[in-house]
Amino acid sequence: MDRGTRITFLAMVALLVAAPYVLYPVFLMKVLCFALFACAFNLLVGYVGLLSFGHAAFFGSAGYVTAYTVKMWGLPPELGILLGAVTGAALGLVIGWLAIRRQGIYFAMITLALSQIVFFYAVQAPWTGGEDGIQSVPRGHLFGVVDLQRPLGMYYTVLALFLAGFLLVYRIIHSPFGQVLKAIRENEPRTVSLGYETDRYKLLAFVLSAMLAGVAGGTKSLVFQLASLTDVQWQMSGEVVLMTLVGGLGTIFGPVVGAAVIVTMQNYLAEFGSWVTIIQGFIFVVCVLTFRRGIVGEIMGRFGPKGAAPTGGGH
Amino acid sequence: MFELLGIPPQALFGQLLIGLINGAFYAMLSLGLAVIFGLLNIINFTHGAQYMMGAFVAYLSLTHLGLAYWWALLLAPIAVGLFGILLERTMLHRLYKLDHLYGLLLTFGLALIVEGFFRNQYGSSGLPYSIPAELRGGYNLGFMFLPTYRAWVVVASVIVCFGTWFVIERTKLGAYLRAATENPTLVQAFGVNVPRMVTLTYGFGVALAAFAGVMAAPIYQVSPLMGANLIIVVFAVVVIGGMGSILGAIVTGFGLGVIEGLTKVFYPEASNTVIFVIMAIVLTIKPAGLFGRAT
Repeated sequence: MDRGTRITFLAMVALLVAAPYVLYPVFLMKVLCFALFACAFNLLVGYVGLLSFGHAAFFGSAGYVTAYTVKMWGLPPELGILLGAVTGAALGLVIGWLAIRRQGIYFAMITLALSQIVFFYAVQAPWTGGEDGIQSVPRGHLFGVVDLQRPLGMYYTVLALFLAGFLLVYRIIHSPFGQVLKAIRENEPRTVSLGYETDRYKLLAFVLSAMLAGVAGGTKSLVFQLASLTDVQWQMSGEVVLMTLVGGLGTIFGPVVGAAVIVTMQNYLAEFGSWVTIIQGFIFVVCVLTFRRGIVGEIMGRFGPKGAAPTGGGH
Repeated sequence: MFELLGIPPQALFGQLLIGLINGAFYAMLSLGLAVIFGLLNIINFTHGAQYMMGAFVAYLSLTHLGLAYWWALLLAPIAVGLFGILLERTMLHRLYKLDHLYGLLLTFGLALIVEGFFRNQYGSSGLPYSIPAELRGGYNLGFMFLPTYRAWVVVASVIVCFGTWFVIERTKLGAYLRAATENPTLVQAFGVNVPRMVTLTYGFGVALAAFAGVMAAPIYQVSPLMGANLIIVVFAVVVIGGMGSILGAIVTGFGLGVIEGLTKVFYPEASNTVIFVIMAIVLTIKPAGLFGRAT
């Protein structure tokens, strides 16, 4: 990590460690789950240039698997989340394998359509509980030691998972593998001509992203002790796009900031019902028209070193 | 009465008809998407919302202005088409030089705004819209009962689809359009006002969605979210057909509607997902789509 990133990262950790003494832990955990989800999504859209409109499939189905295995099979939470991650990765392998056959907006439409299969499966399958979802999921004890019923125990577990996921994404982006991903984003035919099998790189990035989305979804189902259809719906795929866009596509901290902004907004506007949708749509429009670099992208563009900020579209 | 594979013919033909009707809507909507995509390189996520607006124009003009179905069929495409032109002039045209994904994100946001607005005003439950008097009743064909309105929907949508095909493939205006799809700079150099053509094309595609919305109003109930789930199915239809060909969009739309109808008869559990599954299969065999050119 360069100096600026390291300082920002340490400040973020310090803030998040202290936060539950000031703010409501469940709210913070929701932010962290969505921040991890958005980081996973950003790995794909920000660094490979693949816009998935079906990430709710991984997030939501992992939530169901974690909730089901913890509640019905009595698995410990760490195994439940692990199975959620495996579910996300496995689904990511299938959906990614199909979707990388097409580029650009076709990729977006295909991921969206395939995620609808997962959604309708969740509606019809008996074990997902239909409209009710899987309710009162026990949080249990992490490794048999940490009592997750206690808010702080749960909070620091979620924080640890989030930081692990965040650092993993950082590591991936700054590895030789990540360099190839960025090369694909900038110019895929040229990357192919350099001898890289871009499809394999894209698929692996897709699976990693889906796996992390699965970790986020599984964790969220433990935090709220609930897995429901909300998390597999296409609206959820739209929300994670919005969070990443607001924070800044292709920036390390953007998805975290975006998730915090959108979750806070949803919290304050919850009583206004469908106004939330209208305002979210409005933010989409404003971001696309005037604010394409997002919050973090704009800050980096103004104050960061030259060339640090992503360009925000334009081919 | 004879039976086919253990299914009474009434049920079979009934579902086939429903499939054909759904297919008519898939065809009209995917046609509009394909026309817009061809010239603007934008996938119009607002298409479903504009279809819904068409149905609402029909509903509101009947309840508030007392204008009957036939007026709505004329008014809705004009009104919603103008709304589309406004969107194109104020917002979409700023995005043509950017990555195509921004067009998708912008129209997605617009769809959320429009659908949220209608949900605020009219709630999420469906509003009834009755079949116009001229098209009530039906014919007894011996093996099934054919409601007049449903026959009208199939016939009218076939006419509209082939009319669009004719204009694009067989007239001079269509030739300009196809040329501009291939190379807008060159066509502009020949003195054709391409930006205006782009605007009108978007307006036309949107008007087509609104027309479909009016046709749908008496069949499905008029509700703010009627287009939201439909548009995703239409996306799958577009991926299956490929957007390179107008005729391809029409044939794929009708064909998939019929397949979906048959699925309802033989394996109802899969009727929601069959089109997505077909899309997955087509992607493994012919990634560019049945009628598409490789991108």
